[in-house]
Amino acid sequence: MFSYLVAMGVTAGIYALMALGVNLTWGMAGMVNLGLAGFFAVGGYATALLTKTGFAIPLGVAAGTLAAALAGAGVALITARLRADYLAIVTLGFSESVRLIAANQIWLTNGSDGIAGIPGPWRGDLTPMGFNLLFLAIVGVAVLVTFLGMQRLSGAPFGRVLRALRDDEDVAAVAGKNVLLFKLKAFAVGSGVLGLAGALYAHYTSYIAPDIFAPLLTINIVLALVVGGVGNNLGAVAGAMLLVLVLEGTRFAAPLLPFLSAEQFAAMRELLISGMLLVILRVLPGGIIPERIGA
Amino acid sequence: MAASLADVPQLLLNGIMSGAVLAIPAIGLTAIYAVLRFPNFAVASHATVGAFAGYLANVSMGWTLVPAALVAFLAAGVVGVASDWVVLRPLRPAGLITATIASVALTIALENLVRLGFGNALRDYNLPIFRDWRFGGLRVGPQQLEDLAIAVTAVVVLFGFLRFTRLGKAMRAVADNPMLAGIKGIDAGLIAVLVNFIAMGLAGLGGMLIGLDTSIDPLTGFRVLLAVFAAAVVGGLGSIPGAVVGALAVGVAEELSLLVLPPDLRTMVGFVAILLVLTLRPRGLLGARAY
Repeated sequence: MFSYLVAMGVTAGIYALMALGVNLTWGMAGMVNLGLAGFFAVGGYATALLTKTGFAIPLGVAAGTLAAALAGAGVALITARLRADYLAIVTLGFSESVRLIAANQIWLTNGSDGIAGIPGPWRGDLTPMGFNLLFLAIVGVAVLVTFLGMQRLSGAPFGRVLRALRDDEDVAAVAGKNVLLFKLKAFAVGSGVLGLAGALYAHYTSYIAPDIFAPLLTINIVLALVVGGVGNNLGAVAGAMLLVLVLEGTRFAAPLLPFLSAEQFAAMRELLISGMLLVILRVLPGGIIPERIGA
Repeated sequence: MAASLADVPQLLLNGIMSGAVLAIPAIGLTAIYAVLRFPNFAVASHATVGAFAGYLANVSMGWTLVPAALVAFLAAGVVGVASDWVVLRPLRPAGLITATIASVALTIALENLVRLGFGNALRDYNLPIFRDWRFGGLRVGPQQLEDLAIAVTAVVVLFGFLRFTRLGKAMRAVADNPMLAGIKGIDAGLIAVLVNFIAMGLAGLGGMLIGLDTSIDPLTGFRVLLAVFAAAVVGGLGSIPGAVVGALAVGVAEELSLLVLPPDLRTMVGFVAILLVLTLRPRGLLGARAY
């Protein structure tokens, strides 16, 4: 039971990282990312491929983060001058393309079988319990550092410019802000955090496959952020914790619905998550910890 | 097996055939964008809904292709009106991003409703099988020609409706200038219902036509989502003639890509097309605005 809770904590931490990354781009800068699963995948695959060929784990994680950040910068560069909906289309297209490459380029990614045996830090030297605890600590530190960094960015002039962009791009431009550059930076940093989360995930589970990066992952994180409060870093972390509780809690509902097949039960869960997002957007658009301007 | 230059005429023909079918859901997407001003990702699940409705009519009821295609259109249209009314319409005032995100959640929800009822198994339509016809060196399947005929009919009927009927003109007026249309007494709510019915109906018809070639499952719609968006963006989001041109362009490009790319990367062509068009000509081939 305790090891289950530790594993849940690691998952919650990885979700919290993703929610923090998305909060920077969407919450602060108003740039929607519907393909965040793709950036997560880039981070995971980059480090998996590198560390399998002998690179050190921290190097692989750094490379994964950087690769996702570069991909984010590219996507932002193409859509920065366009209406927000083009970013939605391009990010979704990006994640589907990443999934296609991951599923079909067998020489690179081993296709839909995925990559197994990704090294974890001291995995061989520790008991499974010890490894889980160590990883919980690593993810905890990553979340804390990212949270503090995001808080710092949010309070800094950089964060204020991003919120100005979100509220009225033209006004920010008239005030002499280089809109394109700020958007690019925000999206690169946000995507980088998603890549970091993906890289940590890969080293934790030792296995990645295209299925993990399905659009539902994007909906999960958007739900976490909306529940917690878009624009609020604390809300992002709290929302991720709540989401993991719901996701894990519903697993135990299976025996209560014996008339559903495994396939139908999985469909019910996806239905529940997407339905919850729609309901919360409607009844609680500010989330449980709404953004406080000027705080 | 890579295609060679000698295959180009056949590839062009295949591309036009698949592009014509792709145009149907792309028109749906772009019509909603023109009137309601947001990219509605729920076209994916409505294509799936149409494919399954057509499947029920064709396989369970034993109807032939054309009546089954009508059922696909009507069922997806009705689901489209209902889902928009209940789910998306109340969220639209909250802004573009909220409506867009909600449409993604909606599409996953509807797709899973279909999965709940039908499971993930692949299903086939019950259609007579014909030998391909040959003209010179070119091959054409009679089924493809029938798909093409249905697609062309749908497009012609739609253009006639938009050009010659009062409601069609009202729809174009709202797309062109909602405020002016309101001043002239056009009911924007009614037009929203109408555009959802037509657009999601077309998505459903398109889903069925796409499924005729292969098999259908709950992901049928999502799998073509990228190509549908590519068609609409290449043609210019919000332009219905643009969606037709864009769909043909994407269809042909996907086929010609076989000359240089392995077949499993074909679907990437849509994404590359989106990136190219947004970089070089964001408003698309026939679109008016992208800003």
